[in-house]
Amino acid sequence: MIPELGHFALVVALALATAQAVLSFTGAATGRMALMATSRSIAIGQFLFVAGAFAALAYSFVTSDFSVLNVAEHSNSRLPAHYRFAATWGSHEGSMLLWTLMLAGWTFAVALFSRHLPERLAARVLGVMGLVSAGFILFILLTSNPFERLIPAAEEGRDLNPLLQDPGMVVHPPMLYMGYVGFSVVFAFAIAALLEGRLDAAWARWSRPWTTAAWCFLTVGIMMGSAWAYYELGWGGWWFWDPVENASFMPWLAGTALIHSLAVTEKRGTFRSWTVLLAIVAFSLSLVGTFLVRSGVLTSVHAFATDPRRGIFILLFLVVVVGGSLALFAWRAPRVGLGSAFSPVSRESFLLANNVLLAVALAAVMLGTLYPLFLDALHLGKISVGPPYFDAVFVPLMAPAVFLMAIGPVASWKRARLPDLWVRLRWAFGVAVAAALVLPFVLGRWSPLVAFGLWLGLWVVTSSVAQLAQRLRTAPQATLGAKLRAQSLSWYGMTLAHLGVAVFIFGVTVVKGYETERDLRMAPGQHTRIGGYDFEFKGTREVPGPNYTAVEGTFDVRHAGSAQVIRTLHPQKRTYPVAGQTMTEAAIDWGITRDLYVSLGEPVDGGAWGVRVYHKPFVDWIWGGCVVMALGGFLALSDRRYRFARAPSVPAGAAARAAAR
Amino acid sequence: MMRALKFGIPLLVFAALVAFFAVGLTRDPREVPSPFIGKPAPAFTLTQLGAPERVFTPEEMRGKVWLLNVWASWCVSCRVEHPLLVDMSRKRLVPIVGLDYKDKRDDGLQWLAKHGDPYQLSAYDDEGKVGIDYGVYGVPETFVIDKQGIIRYKQIGPITQEALEKTILPLVKKLDG
Repeated sequence: MIPELGHFALVVALALATAQAVLSFTGAATGRMALMATSRSIAIGQFLFVAGAFAALAYSFVTSDFSVLNVAEHSNSRLPAHYRFAATWGSHEGSMLLWTLMLAGWTFAVALFSRHLPERLAARVLGVMGLVSAGFILFILLTSNPFERLIPAAEEGRDLNPLLQDPGMVVHPPMLYMGYVGFSVVFAFAIAALLEGRLDAAWARWSRPWTTAAWCFLTVGIMMGSAWAYYELGWGGWWFWDPVENASFMPWLAGTALIHSLAVTEKRGTFRSWTVLLAIVAFSLSLVGTFLVRSGVLTSVHAFATDPRRGIFILLFLVVVVGGSLALFAWRAPRVGLGSAFSPVSRESFLLANNVLLAVALAAVMLGTLYPLFLDALHLGKISVGPPYFDAVFVPLMAPAVFLMAIGPVASWKRARLPDLWVRLRWAFGVAVAAALVLPFVLGRWSPLVAFGLWLGLWVVTSSVAQLAQRLRTAPQATLGAKLRAQSLSWYGMTLAHLGVAVFIFGVTVVKGYETERDLRMAPGQHTRIGGYDFEFKGTREVPGPNYTAVEGTFDVRHAGSAQVIRTLHPQKRTYPVAGQTMTEAAIDWGITRDLYVSLGEPVDGGAWGVRVYHKPFVDWIWGGCVVMALGGFLALSDRRYRFARAPSVPAGAAARAAAR
Repeated sequence: MMRALKFGIPLLVFAALVAFFAVGLTRDPREVPSPFIGKPAPAFTLTQLGAPERVFTPEEMRGKVWLLNVWASWCVSCRVEHPLLVDMSRKRLVPIVGLDYKDKRDDGLQWLAKHGDPYQLSAYDDEGKVGIDYGVYGVPETFVIDKQGIIRYKQIGPITQEALEKTILPLVKKLDG
């Protein structure tokens, strides 16, 4: 009964999404207020029904209803409850439903927080979102129905893929989808603006918080995926340039560029058509990412079982949504006009350079991701593009972007003078260079690449400090506290996000420069020494789990030369009988200055095991940096000018008349 | 005019992408062509797993269509395909020769005793040298070899029911006929 209700709720949601699109567009085109006003209530209704459908599926999973095909295929009664819940999005069907839920959620948020917008703009934004939502619900109903019954019911479920039985599964997909789908809001704003032919500073101010919010979720989502891969896959790597990772990273790059270009559009009215294009591209890349993952055109660790009908549907959907918006862009963008001029040295130029570099990096990642597809389609052979390509093109593009990122916020709008910038930043520059030259000796061994990476990160930090000092010097307030409070939250947010980049760079540089790993055979009682730590293998024992059995190793860790055990690590090798798979569960001692990482390979003979031991200095700074970036974003979001940016709800004419009286 | 053209560039790029995606949908990226297909199966001489005093060379299979299945007792995914192999041998669909790859002789024999032995015999490749000649990079792998000793197909990873029914068995039938 519950699954049928869920299915029915989804059908109702499709009708509501369609109505939301049709009524909003008709209302906006004919100027009928009554029609436009309905779009909000319909959007709220749509959200409730999608949420109902999702709840129905989640209920079937949590109660292990194996008469639902999807549950029988992706869950098991012995699976712990939180994984039974997370298994709701462990399949293709379920993850599409999660996607739709997120979209409906963002639509709901827009319906609630759009009262300050001009009625026609709000209606069009909701209309676009309704259209996208209708497409996705139709996709689920036609090709990926998660509520399909299995009659007679299965005795037991086939279990969730053991790789997904991890706390990461509970949080990573929802966060990532929040980010992905969140770009649909600014996309809808862009389409609405193109339809209106009006694209001004107010439009940019309304779009900014939505973009920043989506970007924060995407940042956290990607970071969680990276951390998950790090501890779950047992290779100690944190980014693999896998097509699906790239599919989430490309919208992130576009979104990062968009945040900066929106700033220029809001403050200076320039970059308008570029901003609109980025808004379209960011969400289009989310859709393209979905296509790449769901259609099976690229191989990846994330690929689900594929069905050609799904690929064709999403491709057609892409043509309608992305092709339609780019055609609209080609038609209307020439009219939105250019903004005011700026000199080659100005904050605009720095932000332009940032955008160009991010866009080129995006193109490079896209080329690498799709290259195998291009070659195969042209019958030029099958190849795969690996990390060496991405590292070789990405790092040289990002290094100048980070260098400029440290200068941009200091430069003034419209026209800045290089000598002024030099005077303001020379100390910051000098300190960064000196510290970068010395620091590698402290960390171990000097190498030009490590020094360069550290210098980039330090340069961001020192220039932020210089900027803060200057702002405090020039602030008119009397006390330091008052001066600090006088700076806007969005400035703090921006600075914090930039510092997050510095933390990230520091982590990457030090890990790449100083990590050590050892892949060896260890018999019980044997020691190995790595990064100043001594690991003693004490042996293995069998331990039972809820739905697996595990061989658990015990490793005593000591500081080299000391007798005192500082940590005992227990890596596991788990066998999941239902899925017939073995999983490596690495044991990690997380630390701010280093991770110690042990994973079991294969048993060799007589109690000896193949063992991988890693010492990873400052690796957690990589994810810490991402968290700081996202925190910066949330801080900027809480700036008061977004909270109180309510326009009077009376039409402008009436307000003017009232004022005249 | 030029300005309008400029704004159309994203649309054109997207159109080209869609064309590639459409073609891409008709291809299977997982299908990796092997340089060994159409080439004679590399010769080797190895002792037999169950009878160390006797040897096996692919020459002995001349005139028969047969499968060479690379397996090992340490290989987890071999257990996945094993029931299919056992079933095939029970039905006498095609002779299967095993290549026990980088294994301990006792472990290999125990594993067969436990899971069933579908093989006419298994050649014992303890150092993995033959595996290198055959370009083995993911155990299990299965080669279909024709009457002239030419490799006609290579399955990387476990044989699935689908691969068996749609590819391997029809191919064996064709080569036999």
